[in-house]
Amino acid sequence: MHIVVCIKQVPDSAQIRVHPVTNTIMRQGVPTIINPYDLFSLEEALRLRDAFGGKVTVLTMGPPMAEDSLRKALGIGADDAVLLTDRFFAGSDTLATSFALATAIQKIMETEPVDMVFAGKQTIDGDTAQVGPGICCRLGMQQLTYVQKVESVDPAKREIVVHRRSEGGVQVLKTSLPCMITMLEGTNQIRYGTMDDMFRAARADVRVWSAAAAGIEDMTRCGLRGSPTVVKKVFAPKARAQKARPVDGEGAEALAAAAIEAIFASQPKLESDLLKQSAGY
Amino acid sequence: MTEKFDAIVVGAGPSGNAAAYTMAKAGLKVLQIERGEYPGSKNVQGAILYADALEKIIPDFREDAPLERHIIEQRLWMLDDQSYMGTHYRSDKFNEERPNRYTIIRAQIDKWFSKKVKEAGALVICETTVTDLLKDAAGKVIGVRTDRENGDIFADVVVLCDGVNSLLAQRAGFRAELKPEHVALAVKEMHFLPRDVIDERFNVKGEEGVVIEIAGTVTSGMVGTAFIYTNGESLAVGIGCLVSDFKKTGETPYALLERFKNHPSIAPLLKGSEVKEYAAHLIPEGGYKAIPKVYGDGWMICGDAGQFVNALHREGSNMAMTTGRLAAETVMALKEAGKPMTDANLAAYRRSLEESFVIKDLKKYKDLPEFLHKNTQFFSDYPNLLSKAAETWFRVDGIDKKTKEGQMVRGFVKARGWRGLLGDAVKLARAWR
Ligand SMILES: Cc1cc2nc3c(=O)[nH]c(=O)nc-3n(C[C@H](O)[C@H](O)[C@H](O)COP(=O)(O)OP(=O)(O)OC[C@H]3O[C@@H](n4cnc5c(N)ncnc54)[C@H](O)[C@@H]3O)c2cc1C
Repeated sequence: MHIVVCIKQVPDSAQIRVHPVTNTIMRQGVPTIINPYDLFSLEEALRLRDAFGGKVTVLTMGPPMAEDSLRKALGIGADDAVLLTDRFFAGSDTLATSFALATAIQKIMETEPVDMVFAGKQTIDGDTAQVGPGICCRLGMQQLTYVQKVESVDPAKREIVVHRRSEGGVQVLKTSLPCMITMLEGTNQIRYGTMDDMFRAARADVRVWSAAAAGIEDMTRCGLRGSPTVVKKVFAPKARAQKARPVDGEGAEALAAAAIEAIFASQPKLESDLLKQSAGY
Repeated sequence: MTEKFDAIVVGAGPSGNAAAYTMAKAGLKVLQIERGEYPGSKNVQGAILYADALEKIIPDFREDAPLERHIIEQRLWMLDDQSYMGTHYRSDKFNEERPNRYTIIRAQIDKWFSKKVKEAGALVICETTVTDLLKDAAGKVIGVRTDRENGDIFADVVVLCDGVNSLLAQRAGFRAELKPEHVALAVKEMHFLPRDVIDERFNVKGEEGVVIEIAGTVTSGMVGTAFIYTNGESLAVGIGCLVSDFKKTGETPYALLERFKNHPSIAPLLKGSEVKEYAAHLIPEGGYKAIPKVYGDGWMICGDAGQFVNALHREGSNMAMTTGRLAAETVMALKEAGKPMTDANLAAYRRSLEESFVIKDLKKYKDLPEFLHKNTQFFSDYPNLLSKAAETWFRVDGIDKKTKEGQMVRGFVKARGWRGLLGDAVKLARAWR
């Protein structure tokens, strides 16, 4: 089984500062991490590889330094890595990004067929949740987003069954391979690679592809030119004036009850919604 | 894992990077292991880089190292609760082609240095903790154990550059546990301000920078100092005192830092800044007498792990880099001569330390840590007395100068006594010598 996992290097949002005057993000000295949502997808892909054999290829589009995130993924256990980097990609929105990644996956497929593509549910720096589905549509794969469990895979029949979180419930879906999956957060825990993984990662040759090397011919579909999204305004949300309120009560039960009461008192709609939900509406 | 290395370096701070770079550059097969997510991730931000030590390892480091500002002005301030009294030295000579000191951001410079280490050919593995040293039946160190599966790795020599705590050296019995009176706890914050505001407040332009080193009543009579360093767009602000003093007084480092920042002479420098990154770290300040044995069969210790810090001059990273380089050169010489990494052969490392500024400087101040520990009047009485004297002297209030002189002298004598004053002077001179 060959699985491609798309990951993104993002600034650690816990350490980002917004410039007090210009409201722009100050990236100076902010460490980068693999988008946390991607790690749930990476782990699931590694588990499938361990169960069914085959290999996991990690793919990212980004500046040259995004290679760090690929190496990190290799150290966690991925087998192969491809970095898409080119100045033509600068300023890509989700449309241009999914185009570039999908084209690169097609390129990968020329030498090795791909059975599944994993992507993060969304990124912490864009939060659109559009890139995974965008890749999927372009490749004509089955789309499985918000997956909380891969129930079974039948490589012979080329079928997969997953549990997908949807509003108000869980869908159990069966579909055919190849498919694209984004995992829900908290569904698994990223592994700690072995020393051999770390050595391999440190020594690996990450394949670096330019737009042309990835098989992209139409550069107008890349980067800023291929991105219809326009940022009209950036603003930093103001801190809320609401203060934390202490609750009183003797013992855990009473404290919990008091806390819930206080919440319902300030959010009247919440109580009725919950009642409706538990009544099965 | 069956692979064997010429050397394993534990830690990717200044000492580990210096050691790994020097050996890899010479063609040795080097593995460096760092527990942090990336080199520098565990290191306290904002510091002074002394060019000389790095230049001896990477002569053209200025070309691409992430440097913030070069220092053209040094201020030494003595603070009491309302005032400061100080000396400033500023010179255009420091605006030289190859400046001598820079402010830097540790996380960035460590990352840069690590890149050089990789380029030199060392294998660098992060996010991996060395949990133990592997020894053979005779007790010779033959490798390290890590916290990863299949994580035992072997080498001819293990260079411990794992910082002030050096749990590894302790566990292996190479070093005793740190004594509270030999280690300072420092807290530090980064205060972000626009570049032009910093330029204006500190009277500098371009890449010029200022260092302020501060002692006085801000440490509540504890042995310690505070500092402000100007980075490009931030100020590194910190204060540190001996752990034993924190224990004795019950003061908290955080409260100390708050008091320092609110001092009437300090607050205007920080006004309007956005504070980010509060960090605490230990500094070994035991000096010469606290240095353990730094070599043995198959192992060496460099940097903070070997207590190589000159607390008075706030030199640590340069000693770390120099000890790392000297350890590496010792290994290289032995390799070259085809000699084994035994206790007797590695003693050459200690000898090269003796010949360098590292041991010479630490030896010079060998009595200072104990002296300051026993004579805290230098952090309480004297700042107050000096400040009072200056205030008396500069206030024009109809009192004649002769009377003022008398008042100033009486102030000192009343607080310390003639004997005390004389004793303090002699003791200080001795400890300094
Ligand atoms: C607040 C403060 C301000 C300072 N300011 C200055 C200054 O302005 N100028 C100056 O020259 N010095 C300064 N110093 C001192 C300087 O930071 C140190 O002397 C220097 O960092 C020592 O370098 P090192 O490589 O020995 O140790 P460290 O820099 O501490 O590096 C040790 C490394 O080893 C890693 N490590 C530890 N244990 C393990 C393990 N078991 N396995 C794997 N990795 C491990 C750690 O993660 C760390 O990266 C300051 C220190 C402090 C605390």
